[in-house]
Amino acid sequence: MSLQDFINDAISPWMNDEGQDSDIVLSTRIRLARNLKQVPFPTSGDQSSQEKVLEHIEQEFNNQSYEDFKKFQLVKMADIESVEKRVLVEKHLMSPNLAENSQTGAVLISENEQASVMINEEDHLRIQLYYPGLGLSEALQQAQKLDDWFEERTRYAFNEEKGYLTSCPTNVGTGLRASVMMHLPALTMTNQMTRMAPEINKLGLVVRGIYGEGSEALGALYQISNQMTLGKSEEDIIQDLQSVVSQVIESERQSREWVMQQSGIQLEDRIFRSYGVLAHSRIIESKEAAKCLSDVRLGIDLGLIKNISKTILNELMVLTQPGFLQHYAKKSLQPAERDWFRANLIRERLQLEQY
Amino acid sequence: MLCQNCQEQEASVHYTQVVNGQKKEMHLCEQCAQGEGYMDFANENLSLHHFLTNMFPFDQTKDQTQQQMTSAQTIQCEGCGLTYHEFRHQGKFGCSQCYEAFSDYLDPIFKRVHSGNTEHVGKIPKRLGGNLHKHREINQLQEQMQQKINEEDFEEAANIRDRIRHLKEELHDDHGGES
Repeated sequence: MSLQDFINDAISPWMNDEGQDSDIVLSTRIRLARNLKQVPFPTSGDQSSQEKVLEHIEQEFNNQSYEDFKKFQLVKMADIESVEKRVLVEKHLMSPNLAENSQTGAVLISENEQASVMINEEDHLRIQLYYPGLGLSEALQQAQKLDDWFEERTRYAFNEEKGYLTSCPTNVGTGLRASVMMHLPALTMTNQMTRMAPEINKLGLVVRGIYGEGSEALGALYQISNQMTLGKSEEDIIQDLQSVVSQVIESERQSREWVMQQSGIQLEDRIFRSYGVLAHSRIIESKEAAKCLSDVRLGIDLGLIKNISKTILNELMVLTQPGFLQHYAKKSLQPAERDWFRANLIRERLQLEQY
Repeated sequence: MLCQNCQEQEASVHYTQVVNGQKKEMHLCEQCAQGEGYMDFANENLSLHHFLTNMFPFDQTKDQTQQQMTSAQTIQCEGCGLTYHEFRHQGKFGCSQCYEAFSDYLDPIFKRVHSGNTEHVGKIPKRLGGNLHKHREINQLQEQMQQKINEEDFEEAANIRDRIRHLKEELHDDHGGES
């Protein structure tokens, strides 16, 4: 497989579209948790009812299309190898949890990979919808339509007082989890995220980041999502998240400007050093790769690095994960070998940009 | 520092999650972090479960006597056989009937998790809730009408009253005569 084919395989078609505020927001996800009426939840461990759910979904939805979501393909966990599962997880089309349910777990994926529906994960159905950049209300609208489409051919467990009934009490009500993946290098560099995260938490939202040594987030990537699913309408949940995310975007833009003014040459040095590491290293750990990719992406956004496409961060964050590396290598790799392969892959990917 | 999960490799991913002011730290090696889904979108299950186990009312409030607690533990759901004790331990329901079976004890949990809320106000499935949609609309219109009355906009209030009346007639017809 050529590298270009491999990348095309790794990057879902929707990721190539440039969404709103895509200099800061990588992607938006909407997830709806749904269960079928009068069928025990997958958490009950009842195999025969899970099989029936899977059978029903396969019959009604496999190879079906709905509006922009063409040809849903059902992928059964029982039919695929563990490295393929890992690749689906790294593409965010399903959760690690689902990969473990190899008996009755399955995922229904639309052709453009924008919509995926996990079957027999923690709930019977987990409808997921991705949008490039910031697109909360668009993504919600689409997810609601998909939800209606599913409801036409199934009966949901719903209770007037508690809403959509879910396995976990944290999802009951709307079953809605809305998440926004953000790249916040300037807020991270200036240590403002450590101050902002608790403030955001107080508003009933969750901020997650992967932290390296000290307080600097690995790859400066953060996910902000709603915590509450009961007692608020879907539209209000989205609106509250949207207003916080907009403020964070604004602060990140101001910080970028400030850092450029205060220490432009140091920032430029850092960015080009990282670029150098990515372009020339022979061994690279995922942590270092994440940091350098974040710097290079910032360099692109600030116009310091030209001729490299913006999607490189999204792309290489997916490509350099263990599942994809092994998929590319066509064999299983020891951790040390992965670092070596990762460096190779990044160098080759950057060379594709030369033209 | 060794990875908290496998205890074999050096921890290289340090993960901090703050939920409502409660801080939780994880130190994992890269493989475990990937495996646990800490490095992507799909990470809510594990962390939410941990988060939830700290949320149950029995662990934190002592407003019920020991005796009541013991009797609550043995309540069993007729649908799937899950006991309240098991539910509390695993943090997950077994079926939709669990919501009925444990209903006396659930609101405090919902309140903790959902900032004091216990009632759904969002979407209603189309197929299930023809009347539910109307009931909710009537409630909303009644609030609007009250607001218009307060603003002394009686003309608009009368319009809203007519719409409420219309909806109530529709409901009346659906119910075949009962009001």
